[in-house]
Amino acid sequence: MLLQRLLSHDRGGQILLVLLLAVMVLVPVLNLAVPADSPFHLSTTTVTLLGKYLCYALLALALDLIWGYCGILSLGHAAFFGLGGYAMGMYLMRQIGDRGVYGNAELPDFMVFLNWQELPWYWLGFDQFWFAALMVVLVPGLLAGIFGYLAFRSRVTGVYLSIITQALTVALMLAFELNSMGFGGTNGLTDFKEILGAPITADSTRVALCVASALMLALAYLLCRAIVTSRYGRIVLALRDAESRTRFCGYKVEHFKLWLFVFSAVLAAIAGALYVPQVGIINPGEFKPLNSIELVVWVAVGGRATLYGAVAGAFSVNYAKTWLTSVYPEAWLFALGALFVLVTLFLPKGLVGVVATLRQARADGSLQRNWQRLASRFGVPTKGEQP
Amino acid sequence: MKLLDSAREGLRRDRVFDFMLPPPNFSEDLDTRHGPILYVEDVSVSFDGFRALNNLTLYINDGELRCIIGPNGAGKTTMMDVITGRTRPDSGSVWFGQNIDLLRLSEHQIAQGGIGRKFQKPTVFEHLSVFENLELAMASDKRVWPNLWFRLTGEQRDRIDEILQLVRLTDHARRRAGALSHGQKQWLEIGMLLMQNPRVLLVDEPVAGMTFEETERTAELLTSLAGRHSVIVVEHDMAFVRSIARTVTVLHQGSVLAEGSMDAVQNDPRVIEVYLGE
Repeated sequence: MLLQRLLSHDRGGQILLVLLLAVMVLVPVLNLAVPADSPFHLSTTTVTLLGKYLCYALLALALDLIWGYCGILSLGHAAFFGLGGYAMGMYLMRQIGDRGVYGNAELPDFMVFLNWQELPWYWLGFDQFWFAALMVVLVPGLLAGIFGYLAFRSRVTGVYLSIITQALTVALMLAFELNSMGFGGTNGLTDFKEILGAPITADSTRVALCVASALMLALAYLLCRAIVTSRYGRIVLALRDAESRTRFCGYKVEHFKLWLFVFSAVLAAIAGALYVPQVGIINPGEFKPLNSIELVVWVAVGGRATLYGAVAGAFSVNYAKTWLTSVYPEAWLFALGALFVLVTLFLPKGLVGVVATLRQARADGSLQRNWQRLASRFGVPTKGEQP
Repeated sequence: MKLLDSAREGLRRDRVFDFMLPPPNFSEDLDTRHGPILYVEDVSVSFDGFRALNNLTLYINDGELRCIIGPNGAGKTTMMDVITGRTRPDSGSVWFGQNIDLLRLSEHQIAQGGIGRKFQKPTVFEHLSVFENLELAMASDKRVWPNLWFRLTGEQRDRIDEILQLVRLTDHARRRAGALSHGQKQWLEIGMLLMQNPRVLLVDEPVAGMTFEETERTAELLTSLAGRHSVIVVEHDMAFVRSIARTVTVLHQGSVLAEGSMDAVQNDPRVIEVYLGE
């Protein structure tokens, strides 16, 4: 019932959810039940890669919610992703116990190496999963809340807001690089052994993490959809287009922006928390400004303010990245830059916009006419053509 | 020295900070027994040394239709900014009825309290339908949480239909507001103001860019609104002002130059001098 209401008039969302359901069913079957020598076997590497993409997609969804619908271009969303990742990483560090290189059950390896005697207070509690999970949501949510409150209350908008969000992520990167912060410095947190008692490199754990990511993405999609189809969502859209009009309609615009920003930050953090056990490391590199900008490119390529477009963008750009960095590693940054320029110039609505235009053209027959014109110019016979 | 003064100001014990005061209950506190619904007294505003408003004093009666004219830079828009809470004046006071101090309220509180404002350039939510535009403007709980669960009641739907009819956009209800003509957008914005059930309507240049016929219909609409609402119209189009005005206030260099009926004002030598130049 609720599902029907949320997904009516949302073809893209319906397709996305069906695909995610397929991932949730097929990944365990193809990886665990199908024997390794069968052509249908899905390798664990692929499963992990898929899980990673799903986390990126969740991050892109979070950005699309505030950029596409509310017009807040955050260039610092990787900050929340990274913080969520660190909270999860701290839990995974504590799970290592005495299996580290130094065999110290009380302290993580890097602290032993730095000659620290006891665990800093902010590491306390992270040996409990529930506590770490709470922190995954709470810390980035709180940071986004304070940051957003100050920024929106001072009515910082547009490019200035983008710049200070970028500054936020750079500041976090510099802070986390310090050894004295107690988060492992530039090396970050790694060498994880197990999560919730399951060995982290086991096939079944990888599959479970991938399925969890797909489930989370589906859930987040439905939540975002519920938000944008509510009256709250329409108000947010309204303030994107005419902020002072919204204010003079009696809405406290700052609050509307703030809650959306916090929700988006929490989604990004959850994405980070699911990402870290799958890639096996979290370091300050995650806070790099470039990561946030890449994220913006995913959403722009996919198409803003559609939600499913962000997911499509995250998958296609990351697939291209994986492919290109293995074939021709130096070219990736140039390709990314070119992609951004081309998309802004020629595809303002992204891939989703292209699909919509094609469908429109097909519906009114102009696609066929253009195709025939093209075909006749190159002398290719087409079906409908009369000799 | 200035820091010390502001610190001293903050430590004074004979006053209550604005944020500590309970928000006014507009429906109960609004007191217009003495006639005026809006008291603007001795208001001065300067921007970087330029005095946009200079001891402006103005009273608007409950249910009145008032036109405000004046050459460019006379302070018409600044006056609206002050009343709606967008600009804080350097000195002076603005009261809504006798006991609501508008200067300590923010824009959204003033809007919820019953002062609606139409901008000079028609501003509607272009990506939403006409119906949705009116729905968002509707007087209702404007906080975040209730709006997540908001469902339109039949009564509210009727109210929207009523306004749609009034601003003659019933046939366009499902259209995107961005696709409307300029005049229709102006009307939609007036409709949005009416959805807020305002006591005072501030209307900035309502007929700019309208055809003759549209202008005439707008005049009709605004005059029909007076009585139930107080309407303040800022306009350049003299023919339009003449067609609707009962009382006209002329602003010049941030203060009131003349006030009275259209004829009296037009024959005032000072007004002629300002408009025609020395």
